[in-house]
Amino acid sequence: MSVYQTLWFFLVGVLLTVFAILDGFDLGVGFWHLWTNKDEDRRLLFRSVGPFWDGNEVWLLTGGGALFAAFPPVYATVFSGFYMAMMLVIIALILRAVSGEFRSAEESATWRKIWDVCFSLGSILAALLFGVALGNILRGIPMDADGNYTGTFLTLLNPYALLIGVLGLAMLAFHGAIFITMKASNDLEPRAHGWATRSGIVYIVLYIAAVAATIAGQKHLLENYNRLPILWLIPIVALCFIIGAVFYLKRGRKGMAFASSSFSIAGMMSLAGAGLFPRLVPALQKPDLSLTAWNSSSSELTLRTMLILALIGVPVVAAYTIWVYRIFRGKMDISLEDEHY
Amino acid sequence: MDPVLLARIQFAVTVGFHFIFPPITIGMAWLIFYFMTRYLKTGDEEYGTQARFWLRPFAVTFVVGVATGITMEFQFGTNWAAYSRFVGDIFGAPLAAEGLLAFFLESTFMGVLLFGWKKVSKRVLWLSSLLVAVGSTLSAFWIIVANSWMQTPAGYRIVDGKAELTDFWAAVFNPSTLQRYIHTIDACLITGAFFMMGVSAWYLLKGKHVEFARKSFKVSLVAGFITAALQLPLGHWHAVQVAHTQPEKLAAFEGLFETQKRAPILIFGIPDAERRETLAAVGMPAGLSILIDMDPEYEVMGLNDVPRQDWPPLKLTFFSFHLMFILGMYFIGITALGIFLMWRKKLFDNRLYMMLAFVFLPLPLIANELGWIAAEVGRQPWIVYKVPGMRTAEAVSITVSASEILASLVMFSVIYALLGVLWVHLLRKVVIKGPPAHESAAGKEVAS
Repeated sequence: MSVYQTLWFFLVGVLLTVFAILDGFDLGVGFWHLWTNKDEDRRLLFRSVGPFWDGNEVWLLTGGGALFAAFPPVYATVFSGFYMAMMLVIIALILRAVSGEFRSAEESATWRKIWDVCFSLGSILAALLFGVALGNILRGIPMDADGNYTGTFLTLLNPYALLIGVLGLAMLAFHGAIFITMKASNDLEPRAHGWATRSGIVYIVLYIAAVAATIAGQKHLLENYNRLPILWLIPIVALCFIIGAVFYLKRGRKGMAFASSSFSIAGMMSLAGAGLFPRLVPALQKPDLSLTAWNSSSSELTLRTMLILALIGVPVVAAYTIWVYRIFRGKMDISLEDEHY
Repeated sequence: MDPVLLARIQFAVTVGFHFIFPPITIGMAWLIFYFMTRYLKTGDEEYGTQARFWLRPFAVTFVVGVATGITMEFQFGTNWAAYSRFVGDIFGAPLAAEGLLAFFLESTFMGVLLFGWKKVSKRVLWLSSLLVAVGSTLSAFWIIVANSWMQTPAGYRIVDGKAELTDFWAAVFNPSTLQRYIHTIDACLITGAFFMMGVSAWYLLKGKHVEFARKSFKVSLVAGFITAALQLPLGHWHAVQVAHTQPEKLAAFEGLFETQKRAPILIFGIPDAERRETLAAVGMPAGLSILIDMDPEYEVMGLNDVPRQDWPPLKLTFFSFHLMFILGMYFIGITALGIFLMWRKKLFDNRLYMMLAFVFLPLPLIANELGWIAAEVGRQPWIVYKVPGMRTAEAVSITVSASEILASLVMFSVIYALLGVLWVHLLRKVVIKGPPAHESAAGKEVAS
């Protein structure tokens, strides 16, 4: 049983990590969207994520579904506990989802500006809130013995969670900027290069601050690390990937930079996962009440069935996703009038 | 205000609004696939133009469907935490499966279909149109599995106040899954066909893009007729299943209070829960018994044999079911008439027919909503039918206050109303703009 519980802890983490990497770059593109001002550039940004964003978001829906299926109490506690934050995430995701399609339907500058703002603010808000949510889970949330959240919306806005929130935002902004350098061919490319360098530095600074804040204030996250010191390699490797991404970018090797920043995101998620395990949601100040992979999982039959589904489904999805990404690889050609958007 | 009521209203608003869109896209996806298939086989640009044009309203509708679908994935956790804890062992799996086995397929190849015309070959475009159609149809399957389990739960046992899976396939193919799924998919196909007929009729009325619109009208009329006619046996199959697995719901559909042999089927009536009778009933004696079992002596259970607190709301269930039925009959009648006119070569001269096809374009959407209301309101007061501890009122998130739900409900209502208005506006624009002029063949050979 504990094998399945461990596997599902890991698998939910994998699904959310792939979500962070893939939807991460289109959220990151949204972050920079308002930094441009020519319609041509903005269309290019929309087109660069056009074929991908929807598929990318499915990783979130699948991750959410997997969390529901594998650890129902966690899904119930977190989603109901973070109620207003979740509602804001949903609204943000809805507005950015429709913005590309809606924007292209009208020529009017005001109309287009509205959807530009929706796309950008929606992306920023979603990216920020995902980080804040993760920060709160890392820190632990106040809850009672029935697993009900006992805090308020304001409880969620504590300094540690906000730090993780802005770290996540910087990470995705960096990731998105690198993606833009791969797609843009006109004068947008050097600009995106500049954005990537600057956000890369912010990313590194916030990352070091977050690690320091965790070591100083979140002792419960260090237990696994102290028990198994080799885990300390994770934060070091993660830092290497961030620096590597900045370095590759400087050398003009954008594909490698993107890969490296993707690995840095995976590093962040591993860092969090290694600190939490086996807890999924630590209870603030009452460690006994924490929701863990052992006390919050579904039955063995469900975990086993889901594992079979995942073992069949994920490789197939990965295969055709890679195929479609290859179809749309390379620079965008904005002159193609015929393209969607 | 009562948080349970607010949570229910929010759920109804968000699902009800979402449910406008997927039926259109599921139905249209297969029609677009048809055009893509003809295009691939014949190489005739006319078919390519059809596919490309219909992709536009399809894309606008698809994106609103996707956007409003996000809400659904989260809402079980946010507003129905007690439910989520109780049924998570069973209910989460179909949602995850929907993502993994269906929604990825649909979303990924939707990207190719919308953005790939200058990048991939005709064959890949054709394949993408197939995979979008298959993906969206499979998506519906897993969602219907989850919903059907709430209606007719199977493959589980209760352990420590929670449902625990005992047999995955029994839960997936619970007693109402297949009937509900096939009935719903056929409704989607009808919706797609009527959508295409309606838009084509508008062009024909305006005398615009006439050749184009005649072709799409013919194709969608034939598709509409076949699927509408099929709905008669399929709906019947589903209703018989309801009679056997959820007799209270059937009694509410038909306003039946006395358990009786030779139970009548009603065309009209006003069920009155207080007086325990259906007023102004007009119907066929023994009709219900015959429909369920081919035997007038078949005994149908009435609501009087059901404890009062287990009754679903009667009027809403009764009227939505009957209105849906009447609309279904209209769909058969109007398409049959169209086929007849087409056969007599009088279809395209008939402005009245075109007017009907255009004005009544939204009727399948209304029928879909009514069917959903009949099914879900008819399930009340249970959230999971007849499972102790799973009455709807017991299933909400206790940590979420009424004022929070009210705030999110207002937020959803405003944004959805806006989305709805914009969706109609953009569809109008797409339709007014019309199909693209014939272009040289799509695919790689032209791009290079």
